[in-house]
Amino acid sequence: MKTAVIVFPGSNCDRDLAVALEQATGRKPAMVWHKEAELPEGTDFVGIPGGFSYGDYLRSGAMAARSPVMRAVKDAAERGVPVIGICNGFQVLTEAGLLPGALMRNAGLSFVCREVPLRVENSQSLFTSAYDASEEILFPVAHHDGNYQADDATLDRLESEGRVAFRYLDQVNGSARNIAGILNDAGNVLGLMPHPERAFEPAHGGTDGRRLFEGLLETVAA
Amino acid sequence: MKARVFITLKSGVLDPQGKAIHHALEGLGFQGVNDVRAGKLIELDLGDGTSDSDIEDMCRKLLANTVIENFRIERLETA
Repeated sequence: MKTAVIVFPGSNCDRDLAVALEQATGRKPAMVWHKEAELPEGTDFVGIPGGFSYGDYLRSGAMAARSPVMRAVKDAAERGVPVIGICNGFQVLTEAGLLPGALMRNAGLSFVCREVPLRVENSQSLFTSAYDASEEILFPVAHHDGNYQADDATLDRLESEGRVAFRYLDQVNGSARNIAGILNDAGNVLGLMPHPERAFEPAHGGTDGRRLFEGLLETVAA
Repeated sequence: MKARVFITLKSGVLDPQGKAIHHALEGLGFQGVNDVRAGKLIELDLGDGTSDSDIEDMCRKLLANTVIENFRIERLETA
């Protein structure tokens, strides 16, 4: 599988994501700078990493969503290439209009940095097929703007269409209906605030994130 | 020509920053503050040919996130 990790000025989880992808696929991902207008030929997975792209200027993810490389990412997503946005990557995907809703300042105002329990709400998606239905897992979170909000009609649609991929088991940041991660309508774009790439090997304190990448590899290769 | 763009959270959208400011005002002893909402002001210095619809386009495409925010444009005549 040919993977690509998008790198913006201020990204800081790009290397963690690259290590996870290399371990899962056996191949180093292409690191694609935000000014590139195209993804490498044959890219079949795109990761948008966490961090503070463009210093979170204007709104988290707002500037990154309008950078040249995001046009290529949108085109790839429309062709059905799987795209994952983690943390700041999730913010970028909502700002780019690839996912509905918005990520606002945490309701408690504090930066939240800890492991959180999640429930896998949809274990049939491209990204979650290696998890059991309703399985409870632990991923770390580290964010200030993770409070997912959308209007009720959008939230109802996400829930009825199985597009809530992960839900927090506790109140973490004020997110509507405790949503931690969502899918687009075609199911090939996932955005989530928690960090699966930081729960990849035992030294991380947990390995629940590993199956997200391994499951994806299986579904894409199949 | 200058313009100011006021960006505010839509009503009903929780504003934790506004709430924190409200608490801080109360902590300083200010009475009678019923609610606080925080927003942004963006000042634009524009070429003469810039139309109202150009500025609206800027707001929709970048300056405001219309999922959660409203915007209001105020054109200032050059002094």
